[in-house]
Amino acid sequence: MGNHAQQACIVGIGETAYTRWGQMSERGEWSLACEAVLKAVDDAGLTIDLVEGLASFSNDSSLPWLMQQALGLPNLGFTSMVWGGGGSGTCGALAHAAMAVETGQAQYVTVFRSLCQGPGHRYGQAGGYNELPHLNFMVPFGMFSPPLMIAPLVQRYIYEFGAKPEHFGEVALACRDNAQRNPRAVMYGRPLTMEDYLNARMIAEPLRLLDCCQENDGSSAVIVTTLERARDLKQKPIRILAAAQGGAAGWGDGALGSHNMPIHEYGAGNGATLARRLYERVGITAADIDTVQIYDHFTGCVLMTLENFGFCGRGEGGPFVADGNIRWPYGQFPINTSGGHLSEAYIHGLNLVVEGVRQLRGESTSQVKDAELCLVTAGMSASPMSAAILGV
Amino acid sequence: MAYLPNEVSGPVPNDADRMFWHYCQQHELRFQQCGSCRRFRHPPTPVCPYCRSFEIVWVRAPDTGAVFSFTIVHHPAHPAMKAVVPYNIVVVDFPACDHVRLVSNLIDVPPQEIRIGMEVMLAWETAGNGLLVPRFKRKQPG
Repeated sequence: MGNHAQQACIVGIGETAYTRWGQMSERGEWSLACEAVLKAVDDAGLTIDLVEGLASFSNDSSLPWLMQQALGLPNLGFTSMVWGGGGSGTCGALAHAAMAVETGQAQYVTVFRSLCQGPGHRYGQAGGYNELPHLNFMVPFGMFSPPLMIAPLVQRYIYEFGAKPEHFGEVALACRDNAQRNPRAVMYGRPLTMEDYLNARMIAEPLRLLDCCQENDGSSAVIVTTLERARDLKQKPIRILAAAQGGAAGWGDGALGSHNMPIHEYGAGNGATLARRLYERVGITAADIDTVQIYDHFTGCVLMTLENFGFCGRGEGGPFVADGNIRWPYGQFPINTSGGHLSEAYIHGLNLVVEGVRQLRGESTSQVKDAELCLVTAGMSASPMSAAILGV
Repeated sequence: MAYLPNEVSGPVPNDADRMFWHYCQQHELRFQQCGSCRRFRHPPTPVCPYCRSFEIVWVRAPDTGAVFSFTIVHHPAHPAMKAVVPYNIVVVDFPACDHVRLVSNLIDVPPQEIRIGMEVMLAWETAGNGLLVPRFKRKQPG
């Protein structure tokens, strides 16, 4: 599979600068979204007039008619929004774009996400997630923000599998190390030691400050079209071999709800069924993947994702990362080679897709040698989460 | 004084959970049970996710549960919490009700003594909006 003329590919990537939260809030999300899309179009060697479709997720504020007006789109023929919280829909939006070009709904579709986390709009503070369904069973008990929702899962994970603080620290260090080679990363020039990690203040036990991703301002975008059209363009096309959403049974009220997900999966995460489906679709296993861009909202979720997606067995994530498996350049599966959410920027996973494309083009600042297959995951612990397998 | 400050939003009953809070105001913790297949579920939903029946029975839960997981919160994500950190959030499991769980707080246990598996019992408290909410305290031996 993957070589037919209608195969969906990513042919352009665009990013604004990424900053700490609040630093671009005067400019606003709409302006940043336009910049990222225009840069992605330029990267592809296209003109913006050819973009016929807009796809986004997490209720992005740059609504399609606003984008149509600002960018002067003459032929807007496809728009799509993946419902829901955080970056669980990142690869879902990518899937929508892929379906749109493969079925002829639009010739070129941009997937974008823009974030300005100014005061009152910070995900780490109470009120940042007003759309959650079961707030009556969370907020009156002080469960206000994502770290507080994820911490009990990680606590249970530690209880069941005996993970050590240093295991979570290794995820933070691996991402930070990659960011030291990436000038776009917000944490560029700020190396991290295990001692720094362990001494950082507690946010919600067992989560320390550096177990939690950053909050940032910035925007990312990609351009999706068919392989047939991609052949005439500037960049090597990166094929979307599979992109899908996956809501594991019973996770409709998971970590971002009242914690009534299936009890045996509570400390294990919700990606396993989605992983199986994606691998089957492409005809590969985890062992075939060259690099992984994992949705690292929290270090513990990275360990769970590594297990759910078959890179190691259930409960083995801690020792697996401690053995160097996720480190660039010598690990078997280098993760988050741009620094990820923990150290590049938190653009709800779309910057992870951008980095996946860079890897397969051979342009990463932490390039995995001869990378041909990249897994990108999005939003473990929410439902439906999503993921994609990209290939050269 | 309640475990969390009055500035923390109390529950605002909606179409789905109105009956849950109604019973709470009578000091009764009741969970939805399917009138057809008898499976418990929480939080409340209009349809049974197992057999799709719309028949609902509100069944009284035991006064005791067990800590399934927890966190000790140090970072005040809400301005009113600055005065109360560190505070705990516990996930209380009700094995007798098909393991439905409540997110809540343990009002009388110091952070370092909270353990997964410890038995807890209901302790009603009044939220800032005047509604009674189910919190928990340590279950005394015997």
